Amino acid sequence: METFDYNLKLIIPEMFLFVWALVVIVFDISSKRRNSDSVGYLTMAGLAITAVLLYNFHGGISFNNMFSSDILALFFKVIFLGSAFMAVGSSFGLASDKIKNHRGEYYGLILFSTVGMMFLSSSNELISLYVGLELTTIPLFVLAAFYKDKKTSVEAGMKYLIVGAFSSAVLLYGLSLLYGFTGTTDLTMIKINLSLLFLSAGKIGPGLILAIVMIIAGISFKLALVPFHMWAPDVYQGAPTPITAFLSVGSKAAGVVAFARIFVHGLIAFVDPVMKPLDWGIIVAVMAAAAMVVGNITALRQHNIKRMLAYSSIAQVGYLMIGMVAVSELGIASVGFYMFMYLFANMGAFAVATIFEDKTGSSSISSYKGLSKSAPALSACMAIFLLSLTGIPPLGGFAAKYIVFAAGIQAGYYWLVILGLLTSVVALYYYANVIKTMYFSDGNSDLKINIHPAARLVLVIGVIGVIIFGIYPEPILNFAMESAALFALP
Amino acid sequence: MLENAYLIPIYPLLAFVIIIFATRWKEKLSSAISIAAILVAVIHSIFVMIAVIGRHGVPFELSVPFIEHPLISLETGIFIDPLTAVMLLVVTIVSGCVQIYSLGYMHGDPRWSRYFSYLSLFTFSMLGLVVANNFFMIFIFWELVGLTSYLLIGFWFEKDSASDAGKKAFITTRIGDLGFIIGILLLATYAGTLNYQEVFTKVADGAVPVGVLTMIGIFIFCGAVGKSAQFPLHVWLPDAMEGPTPVSALIHAATMVAAGVYLVARSMTLFVGSAEAAMTVAVIGLITSFMAASIALVQNDIKRVLAYSTVSQLGYMIMALGLYGFDVAKDPHSHSVGYFAGTFHLMTHAFFKALLFLGAGSVIHAVHTNDIQEMGGLSKKMKITSLTFFIASLSIAGIFPLSGFWSKDEIVAATLGHPVFMFFTLLIAFITAFYMFRLCFLTFTGKPRNQERFDHAHESPKTMTMPLMFLAFLSVFAGWVGMPWLSHGFSSFVYTGELQHHGPNYIVMLVSTIVAVSGIGLAYTVYFKKKISADVLMEKFKPLYTLLLNKYYFDEIYDKVIIKPLLAFTRMMWWSDANIIDGLVNFVGWFTIKWADAKMLFDKYIIDGAVNGAGTVCMAASWLFKYVQNGSVQFYTLVVITSAVGVIIYKVTPEGFVYYFIGVVVVALARFLMKMNRPEEGNVETEPEG
Repeated sequence: METFDYNLKLIIPEMFLFVWALVVIVFDISSKRRNSDSVGYLTMAGLAITAVLLYNFHGGISFNNMFSSDILALFFKVIFLGSAFMAVGSSFGLASDKIKNHRGEYYGLILFSTVGMMFLSSSNELISLYVGLELTTIPLFVLAAFYKDKKTSVEAGMKYLIVGAFSSAVLLYGLSLLYGFTGTTDLTMIKINLSLLFLSAGKIGPGLILAIVMIIAGISFKLALVPFHMWAPDVYQGAPTPITAFLSVGSKAAGVVAFARIFVHGLIAFVDPVMKPLDWGIIVAVMAAAAMVVGNITALRQHNIKRMLAYSSIAQVGYLMIGMVAVSELGIASVGFYMFMYLFANMGAFAVATIFEDKTGSSSISSYKGLSKSAPALSACMAIFLLSLTGIPPLGGFAAKYIVFAAGIQAGYYWLVILGLLTSVVALYYYANVIKTMYFSDGNSDLKINIHPAARLVLVIGVIGVIIFGIYPEPILNFAMESAALFALP
Repeated sequence: MLENAYLIPIYPLLAFVIIIFATRWKEKLSSAISIAAILVAVIHSIFVMIAVIGRHGVPFELSVPFIEHPLISLETGIFIDPLTAVMLLVVTIVSGCVQIYSLGYMHGDPRWSRYFSYLSLFTFSMLGLVVANNFFMIFIFWELVGLTSYLLIGFWFEKDSASDAGKKAFITTRIGDLGFIIGILLLATYAGTLNYQEVFTKVADGAVPVGVLTMIGIFIFCGAVGKSAQFPLHVWLPDAMEGPTPVSALIHAATMVAAGVYLVARSMTLFVGSAEAAMTVAVIGLITSFMAASIALVQNDIKRVLAYSTVSQLGYMIMALGLYGFDVAKDPHSHSVGYFAGTFHLMTHAFFKALLFLGAGSVIHAVHTNDIQEMGGLSKKMKITSLTFFIASLSIAGIFPLSGFWSKDEIVAATLGHPVFMFFTLLIAFITAFYMFRLCFLTFTGKPRNQERFDHAHESPKTMTMPLMFLAFLSVFAGWVGMPWLSHGFSSFVYTGELQHHGPNYIVMLVSTIVAVSGIGLAYTVYFKKKISADVLMEKFKPLYTLLLNKYYFDEIYDKVIIKPLLAFTRMMWWSDANIIDGLVNFVGWFTIKWADAKMLFDKYIIDGAVNGAGTVCMAASWLFKYVQNGSVQFYTLVVITSAVGVIIYKVTPEGFVYYFIGVVVVALARFLMKMNRPEEGNVETEPEG
């Protein structure tokens, strides 16, 4: 190690957001927790300012290759900020009611977790990656258990903590094995060293298999890929709904970017079937297939909208991983694009669930009966989000699925794509079931739902994103293609 | 005036539209509009004629693309050369005369406005046909005149005979039109264009093989055969006399039936390219002409005599054109006058034949019958009508110096070098003179054979006699433009190929005059002086008389050979429809129902079973997965470790994975059986289904 170069300019957005989180907490305490809305608006403003800073300070490598502010990181940071923004925006109802004594902590923790995600997406090195992952996850443990009087919420936090710790341990074990084989934590160096090792020795022993499987398992926890998904429904159901949304989008996106960094960049050599039995492609493909099947089919029998969305998000990650295992420029771009569309649709759907839950206290699907009469706009938003998640043209979800499947076909994963298509049909059933309940069942029609302006903003962002980028996906897709070009894949 | 000549057809079209949509209820106004439109068209046509004369034979063309396609481009436009200009004048003048005449003739008709609107529509169609610059457009207008002809023949559709005649005319001409469109399609295929000038240039350059050209010529001639009532499709024209007499004058004497002649003249380049096609045209023309003239000898219906006369004269023109084509095909520098003769006769014939029909209409208007055996001595009561009728008869007989003389003379001249044609042409000229004066003498001279009708008779009103006089004027003088002594007459105005100027042929003039005078003399002897009894002649030539009276049995032959077998065939088809086809259909229906029943069972149990089965399987799997999700974190981590270990084992030793997998399944089953009744823990949903 010659000189330790650090370019603080590159981490200005992260530092700002970190400081802002402290400001939010202090503001809440100093204002004696009276202003229920201003804390939330302050948080949203911080996220918006971070986005502006991000736009101004990106591009470059710092801290001896540990922090890479490249375009892939930028793309995912936009998603993180977006999901945090939408989660905060839909939290105003809880903030004024259920968590009124801990608003600052609630918003601050969301921001801390976001900072973690941002560091994670920029890390080009195992240690910083791991630290970023922990910084992402630990605030989420707390947030999941934020309704400390509620048994389910506490249980959710507890389960998330145990499983999260377990997965972190597994991941760390895998990472240390990798370090042992290559003698470096720098992903680019790992790539080079492994190639050299492979060339000189002819083969690499089963130890690397252990490392690969461990890392896959560890990251799959974050992604909730089958069979490492089992914590997700319980946690999603118990956690405060905006946190569930944040978990299902932000934390997943973090997992995706970590996976892309380690496997598509560092272990790129081991996706080739020639590398059998070292290739990780087939393992991930099978896991993606299992995720699509288990996620979609289990969702069929759910009666709680959050739990249903939890299973649906398990399935969505399955679709997303088709693009990942394609290991092509189009594949990685499709993953990014899918995540972007998923951000709008899923955050939107959870926002509707939050608004509804704030008003009625119920998250059961059957309580949505006749919602189209009492709250037509809300129902219409929900219908649009769910149809986008199903992948109905011309909404964003369709374009996303289309591109992911196109990448899969390009890479020759026909069976995976066909399975994806078939399970999409199954998915339609449970998504449409909600729409049916809202539109074609009679229910409590004198329900009055006032949507908070911030939540309204979230819904509008979601609907516009889903529709505009569904019809005109060009800008996002080009952005994703540019970021995917980073890995110099075929 | 030439640039906006496309307006000439538009005037009557506007009249038609205005009458139909606006002024239908105001009869006087409707007819006024119609006549005003045609008068404007006449004036415009005169200006066009002047402009065309000024251009010294250079045609004027205006074309607008209609459909652009790589294979063929269709266009709409106008093409005006001397022939077009002549046709425009003829059509507009005759149409104008007829419309004015109709004011008197149709007096009191309940469908007055409709009549005039139809006349306007016809005039529009006919003018459009004349100015069209390509075969596509001419075909459209060709069909339009057919339609208006149908409408006007059947104008008094209460009469069965009228509506039948309309149908007959429409269907018979349609047979010819089929040939016409085949010809057009062949032309489009081989020449790649339908524009007259482009087609003719290509044909003249030899772009179309001669064999194909013969086919195209004959097919296009089929259209002319139908429209101009040539053998063997001539049968509709006599029946078409069921329409109002002015209509017969306009459509079935002067203009529409001349469209066939116009078509042949227009497409002369095609016939010049194929001597066979040209000879076919000439032969058909001669047969038609002779046959029709001979039938006209014995008919007693005044309009039918004129109708057969028309057919005969059209045959004349066609023959002349055909002979021209043949002569030029054989020798490009031939001095044949056929083209000039045919088109010239077309013009003169239009005037005197329209006059004859209108005169006949005047007579019918007076005595309310068509049968000449019930007339006689009418010249005493109808001075103008009889005088003009005699002038027209002299003209058609070819008496110097009436217009018919000049044109008929040229037709005879056109047969020079074809002895058979010449013989028959002179024979026909003789017959024509005879039957025309038979008609004149029987109608206007002698004693009235039906006193009651005679007493009732009166001269027609001014609106009818004025057109008669005007047309009589034209019948005398219109032919003078074609006098062989003129160095810039008709022959050097309307021509195709090389400009040829022909001097007068005095021998031909003399012979044809002798023939005409002897025909008139014979008629005078038989029907005026009654030196020879017509009845005796009738007895003497009984079989021939019967044959002619029955028009060579054409209608009967068609009835026996075509219509009866066709009806029998259709009856057979009807029977087979009713029994075999319907039986089959009913069987298929019955079978389909049974088959559907079977399929319903299949659908119900197999397909629905599969669909519901898929659903059930999904639901069952869902239940299983849901059961596995038992809420226990310890179990979750167990699954994780089991899976991870499984993957590692699979990667290291795929065979060992099989044992591992079996072991896991056994343990899982055992656990499942042991703990099946254990209540679920934690967040696992306990809500009832609903």
